[in-house]
Amino acid sequence: MKVTLLTGRTLRQGQGKEQGKLSEQYWKSVTVCEMDPDDMKLLGISENENIKIATENGSVVLRAVKSIRAPHRGAVFVPYGPWVSLIMNSKTHGTGMPSFKGVTAEVDRAPTEPVLSLPELLKQHFKKE
Amino acid sequence: MTIISNVTCPVCGSLCDDIELHVENNEIVKVRNACGMGESKFLNYNGHRLRKPLVRKNGELVETTTKEAVRKSAEILADAAYPILYGWSSTSCEAIRVGLELAEEIGGVIDNTSTVCHGPSVLSIQDVGYSTCTLGQVRHRADLVVYWGSNPWSAHPRHIERYTTFTQGRFQESTWYRYLAHLSAYRSRRRLLRALKLSSLRKAPLHSEVEHGLPPTLFRKERKMIVVDVRRTRTADIADYFLKVEPNKDYEVLEALRTLIRDEEIDVDKVAGVPVETLEELADIMMSCKFGVIFFGLGLTMSAGKLRNIDTAISLVRDLNRYTKFIIMPMRGHFNVTGANVVYTWQTGYPYAVDFSRGYPRYNPGETSVVDILARGESDASLIVASDPVAHFPRAAAENLVKKPLIVIDPEHTATSLMADVVFPSAFVGLEAEGTAYRMDHVPLPLKKVVEPPSDCLSDVDILQRILDGVKEIRREKAEVA
Repeated sequence: MKVTLLTGRTLRQGQGKEQGKLSEQYWKSVTVCEMDPDDMKLLGISENENIKIATENGSVVLRAVKSIRAPHRGAVFVPYGPWVSLIMNSKTHGTGMPSFKGVTAEVDRAPTEPVLSLPELLKQHFKKE
Repeated sequence: MTIISNVTCPVCGSLCDDIELHVENNEIVKVRNACGMGESKFLNYNGHRLRKPLVRKNGELVETTTKEAVRKSAEILADAAYPILYGWSSTSCEAIRVGLELAEEIGGVIDNTSTVCHGPSVLSIQDVGYSTCTLGQVRHRADLVVYWGSNPWSAHPRHIERYTTFTQGRFQESTWYRYLAHLSAYRSRRRLLRALKLSSLRKAPLHSEVEHGLPPTLFRKERKMIVVDVRRTRTADIADYFLKVEPNKDYEVLEALRTLIRDEEIDVDKVAGVPVETLEELADIMMSCKFGVIFFGLGLTMSAGKLRNIDTAISLVRDLNRYTKFIIMPMRGHFNVTGANVVYTWQTGYPYAVDFSRGYPRYNPGETSVVDILARGESDASLIVASDPVAHFPRAAAENLVKKPLIVIDPEHTATSLMADVVFPSAFVGLEAEGTAYRMDHVPLPLKKVVEPPSDCLSDVDILQRILDGVKEIRREKAEVA
């Protein structure tokens, strides 16, 4: 399903990052994708089920949760973090600022794929020369 | 046990300076007055911290001495042709000053996190200027508070309580009790609805409370709050009115408001999903307040339009000033990102994205900003101070950052430190080291040292000074040989 991807801060992400980027709380707080309950029903996704969110720059697996901020049909929210940054575009259109909000993305079920931990994610996506 | 009061909280740009810490055996055991984020930092900062300098050998990070790490870093930076020095928003102004000297010495590019945060705001302010004030003025006088594309309840949790609608100002009352009354009314309504649903009156209209027009609280003289955002945030829940706009269409709404304030007609029925009548009423409320303020966040700078969104927001405020007093302020994220802009400006003339590669400071965001340099793959080494670009830069930029030699100065392990070649464990500024930081309204506040850092954790100033001395020595040796 085609969605508009919004990223931003949440209080839990703020608390998690202060506990440490390797902490359980940080992982829990930033590997979620807040979706509209009606959109989830449409895709047949249940709470905490893994989903794959893809843009033209790649894809990443996150956990879907029902947004308590609904209704916002067609828009999904992911807290800032290494997971969602992976699918962002580096183009800044001469401003120095990439677009982190209002990004066109595609959401699909991914029940068999795991949500990676931070070291696994770095190992999989970044190579040190 | 010692109780330390009036501690400045080193987390977000609100820089609350009324924190009380209870310290026992060099450990913080109790925190008072801090928000969830602040408390989380004060109580858990030691959890995943770095304690020894690390250096990458055969692909693995291994412990080393500070001397060795300084030597290695100085070599990397002295050899680099176009190094990047990035981060700086979570450290003290004193450390930033040393960083600028280092950037000039090695002819690198120095940029701070405002480049992916309020960089577009800085560009607009340079273009059109802005009318602003300190948060004390807002606290005592503002009767209309607008949060546009920002969610202080989550990102600056005590902003509303300390500086805007929930604070008791000299000339403006707190709206806290109004909110509590609203909350209990909401709860009773929910209870009633649930009872209705369970009772035989199943066919009763459950969702009859469709809101027509603006709520009556917006038309009273007392303090009121409006939130404009693309989704109903926690902050929107406590506002008198929430205006929902379609994603990437803030520009249209801002321009529509400007048009209405100039008393011109709009030919369409809706702008960005908002009926024009609602905008007309909003424009009236904005024009008839005594002292209005717009706090804007990354909802404006990060979505389509970027700096042009801020241009119009500032122009809207300028138009409003023909009728009343109105000011605008960016909601700065990290605790010293404003300080980074300030120190950069007084040292180089430019607030961020400063390029020293020609021997003098040059500034051209889009060219000399770090994300662009990395995306083009131009840099050949990086020094990251108190920041985590691997986690927060778009993929292509982060990939190129990791490929080249990477030096990290950070108190904690981050995605960036895990990918680094040299890692310095530093003392937490505001907890284990003193310094100065600037609040989002450009008020400088002192950061306190409340506990001692672990033995191998030096302050950012100390580490940077040692690297700078190391670089100078290498360059002197090279000059002598030549």
